Amino acid sequence: MAVAAEPAPARSLFARLAQPRPALALLLLMWVPLVAYVMFNRQIGDLREVVLLPAIPAALLLYAVAVWSWRESTIAVIGVTLVFFWLLLALSAPYLPLLDPNKPVAPFVTPFTEKNGVFYWLGTDTRGRDMLSRTIWGCQRVIVWGITATVVAYFVGAMLGLIAGYLGGWWDQVVSFLANVLLSFPVMILFILILNYLGPSGFNIVIAVTFSSAPAIMRIVRGLALDVKTRDYIFAAQTRGESALRIMVIELLPNVRGPLIVDACLRLGYTTVAITTLTFLGLGLQPPDPDWGLMIKEASSTALLWKFSYMLLIPALSVSSLILGFNLMADGLREMSLRD
Amino acid sequence: MSMASDAAAAAPAPKPGEGGSEVPVLECRNLCISYFTRAGEIPAVVDFNLKLMPGESHGIVGESGCGKSTVALAIMQYMGKNGRIVGGEILFNGRDMREMNEEELRQIRGSQIAMVYQEPMASLNPAMRVGDQLAEVPIYHDGATKEEALARARAMLESVRLPEPDRILRSYPHQISGGQQQRVVIAMALLSSPKLLLLDEPTTALDVTVEAGIVDLIREIADEYGTSMIYISHNLGLILETCDRITVMYSGEAVEVGTVNDVFDAMRHPYTQGLFASIPLPHADKNARPLVAITGQLPLPHERPPGCNFGPRCDHFLAGLCDSGEIPMLPITGDDRHYSRCVRIEEIDWQAAAGEGIVKSAAPPGDVVLKVDEMTKHYEIEEGAIFFAGEKKTVKANERLSFEAREAETVAIVGESGCGKSTFAKVLMGLEEATSGEVLLGNVELGKMPVEKRSPETIAKLQMIFQNPFDTLNPSHTVGGQIARVIKKFGVEKDEEKINQRVLELLDIVKLPRDFAKRRPRQLSGGQKQRVGIARAFAGNPSVVIADEPVSALDVSVQAAVTELLMDIQRENRTTLLFISHDLSVVRYLADRIVVMYLGQIMEQGTTEEIFSPPYHPYTEALLSAVPIADTKVKKRHIVLSGEIPSASNPPEGCPFCTRCPYVIEGTCETVPPPIRAFGPGHLIACHLSEETLKAMQPVIQIGEGPIPAEADRDAEKGEQVSPVAAAESERRSDV
Repeated sequence: MAVAAEPAPARSLFARLAQPRPALALLLLMWVPLVAYVMFNRQIGDLREVVLLPAIPAALLLYAVAVWSWRESTIAVIGVTLVFFWLLLALSAPYLPLLDPNKPVAPFVTPFTEKNGVFYWLGTDTRGRDMLSRTIWGCQRVIVWGITATVVAYFVGAMLGLIAGYLGGWWDQVVSFLANVLLSFPVMILFILILNYLGPSGFNIVIAVTFSSAPAIMRIVRGLALDVKTRDYIFAAQTRGESALRIMVIELLPNVRGPLIVDACLRLGYTTVAITTLTFLGLGLQPPDPDWGLMIKEASSTALLWKFSYMLLIPALSVSSLILGFNLMADGLREMSLRD
Repeated sequence: MSMASDAAAAAPAPKPGEGGSEVPVLECRNLCISYFTRAGEIPAVVDFNLKLMPGESHGIVGESGCGKSTVALAIMQYMGKNGRIVGGEILFNGRDMREMNEEELRQIRGSQIAMVYQEPMASLNPAMRVGDQLAEVPIYHDGATKEEALARARAMLESVRLPEPDRILRSYPHQISGGQQQRVVIAMALLSSPKLLLLDEPTTALDVTVEAGIVDLIREIADEYGTSMIYISHNLGLILETCDRITVMYSGEAVEVGTVNDVFDAMRHPYTQGLFASIPLPHADKNARPLVAITGQLPLPHERPPGCNFGPRCDHFLAGLCDSGEIPMLPITGDDRHYSRCVRIEEIDWQAAAGEGIVKSAAPPGDVVLKVDEMTKHYEIEEGAIFFAGEKKTVKANERLSFEAREAETVAIVGESGCGKSTFAKVLMGLEEATSGEVLLGNVELGKMPVEKRSPETIAKLQMIFQNPFDTLNPSHTVGGQIARVIKKFGVEKDEEKINQRVLELLDIVKLPRDFAKRRPRQLSGGQKQRVGIARAFAGNPSVVIADEPVSALDVSVQAAVTELLMDIQRENRTTLLFISHDLSVVRYLADRIVVMYLGQIMEQGTTEEIFSPPYHPYTEALLSAVPIADTKVKKRHIVLSGEIPSASNPPEGCPFCTRCPYVIEGTCETVPPPIRAFGPGHLIACHLSEETLKAMQPVIQIGEGPIPAEADRDAEKGEQVSPVAAAESERRSDV
């Protein structure tokens, strides 16, 4: 079938930003400050006051580009809106007029009430800390650690999958065997084992998530690689004498990206759940800093009373909406990939 | 309980065209079909007319995207969600199918109209035994009992000439070969003795010699059962062999309709003429009478030009006449229901050949560039190694291959699937090591040198063009980037600026616009991708290029252009071309020398002239006969091989061809490897038959009015050969 020559039209700003390179630049501009702020808060010193400032416009622009390029799928737009809602709150938390999330002010204030001249939108918790402030600050940590853990797991899983799928032979045997061993553990038990051994901290969560997710990712990548490696263009690269690494990363990986991106969005959801659950179990991020899992844990005893159930519902609904956002994004992306 | 005899008795095949008062089995009147997509209504088929009389077989031919499959689906009333018949009517036995309800349609489908699709494996349920699937048809449509249904299924399997029908009834689809699967599908279609059989490219996925068997079967069915058939194909030769009448389609319209003889010999539409000029018929020659490609590209369905759809590509285009208004189908006076959609029928000189090709001078071959000497490649596989060290089995992928290729020469390697040509290509390219023997490129031994050990110069000297245009380019990188990578890798140019310059030059050479460098492969058509593949192969100034069926996946009119391009570049650079193909028409057209392979061994090699004229190796003879030729003046001797190609892991001990050879000598061929004898300088045949027998063979292909081995001879001929297999074969034929 002939594909008509598309005359290069004057491209809109969004179309130009949606190209891989500008989009990646925007993504880094948004992500690097956030990571620096959350993970290396102490190390960056006074820079922490300003570091998130460039990230906010970058995130807004990225949101606009995402909505523009996925405008055909309502589901994807809703998903992206939910995710960026939390992302923007996470980025702008330091600049919002919020109370200190760790400072007890007035305990047991129900939402939408005023006390001591302050209006509490979401009330306060058992120790009298502002729920609104804690929810917004808490999302910062969930998002940063959740996405980081997923990205690291993906990197490790994809490399192992490429090795197993492309190189095959005993590489495949060894990697697949290890993956099967890891997959035979229930995920939670694996988490608890690893974090008990390494001690609870953000970086150890990343390690735990990598151990539990990488085998499944490896299997997906391996399957895709097995299919793509029989294509003629891979054969052409082999006969050109290209190195195995170059073939895997440059020739093979870009062609399996479609299903991987969809899976990554779903997996972001799982990871968010996992991190929240770990904090709830007391194995993740440590108090007193706000975190959704922690908030649920702290509220678990008092929330038995209907009047105070907001303490539980607010963080729980926040987690759900973020995960829903990731899942809808995955659905929308899959829908769009099926259409073409 | 023989279905075959029932049906034959019930419906004696009437001769097509006879009895004007008869009700046509199928009639399409001004049929218009559109697909509704996000981009709006896309007319897929416009103003399509067809009248199919009982017992008639009608061919629909056209390139991909011309709407031929849409017509078939419309007849089945299987349009999918977004397809709809927007005008005209389809009459089946005089009743308009559009007015039937779902239940009536369901009754008709499968019992009155049956369809055979291209991919046999996709038409069979992999989780059900063949017998159960076949039995479903009589159970559902005729209310037969299970035993009765199975008995009928068995009888039908016999009548589609499947050996061991009981075994096949018990098998699952994946346990039988592709050719057998397609026979099962045809048997399934015939079980309810339909009035109309739709065949959508039924042999495209099969090997040539297997295809010949299926085509033979289809022809016999038409004679025997009196079933009307619509045969959809892109291959004009197959239509000639199977059909009475033909519709040529272009861009959603029928452009010419008529009897096969009228359309083939006295075509009255420039597109039909262009189509014939672009397929390699026996009289074409790469130097003296090159192929003429149709210029331009098929228009997209929503970008069709006003007036004649073929206008922009037509040599006889006349502005003001051809591009104004709808062009109706006009009758050709004197012919039997022969119509053409051309307003200039009377004005065009149809005797003049469509745009003479430019005569080119032949490039004289130079020194030997590539020498393959006794090259052997065996794979060791272990079987049943779960409980104990399994028994080792050897797959003989290549067995003692020896041949030479000279500078500027085209050597064709001909063979069907499993003949070992891909293994040979892998050894040559350095992805596999030869088990023994030598492969010399210049004076470098390549057989035992994997690609990692080869120098960039050696790698650059040996490049490959791939078969599947949709697979040959990496969809994630730009066209220019992929060509540039080759140039950089082989060190042809170092400087970034010069590399880009060279990429643009290469695009010029393959006649693609320069701005294609920035495009991604999905924006290119199949032919364009194949051109990029050629540019990439020639980027490193290779001395030997292996072309693995480079045009077989392309449309006919594009094939000619790509073939000519390849020949031109080769002539220019004096490159040696190893052309791997199964299509002897293409090979005859472009090869200087031919190597015929079967199951990993060379059966015959020689110049093109020598291969196409006797003495033949029996396999070459069968292959020549199997290739359909779209020329009514060509007469072929009819040889149909029985059986399938044996597995390479379990080849016969002696001659690999002995299981299918009609001349097999009992006791010798199965056990003793055949001797290789020379019948002239460079013409080698590996066969046990005596020199006299081989030399006494008649030519398979005869052009023109010469002595024609008539149809009647063919059985006599088979009888003469003292060959039990052939005798058994002809016996089996006659008793059906």
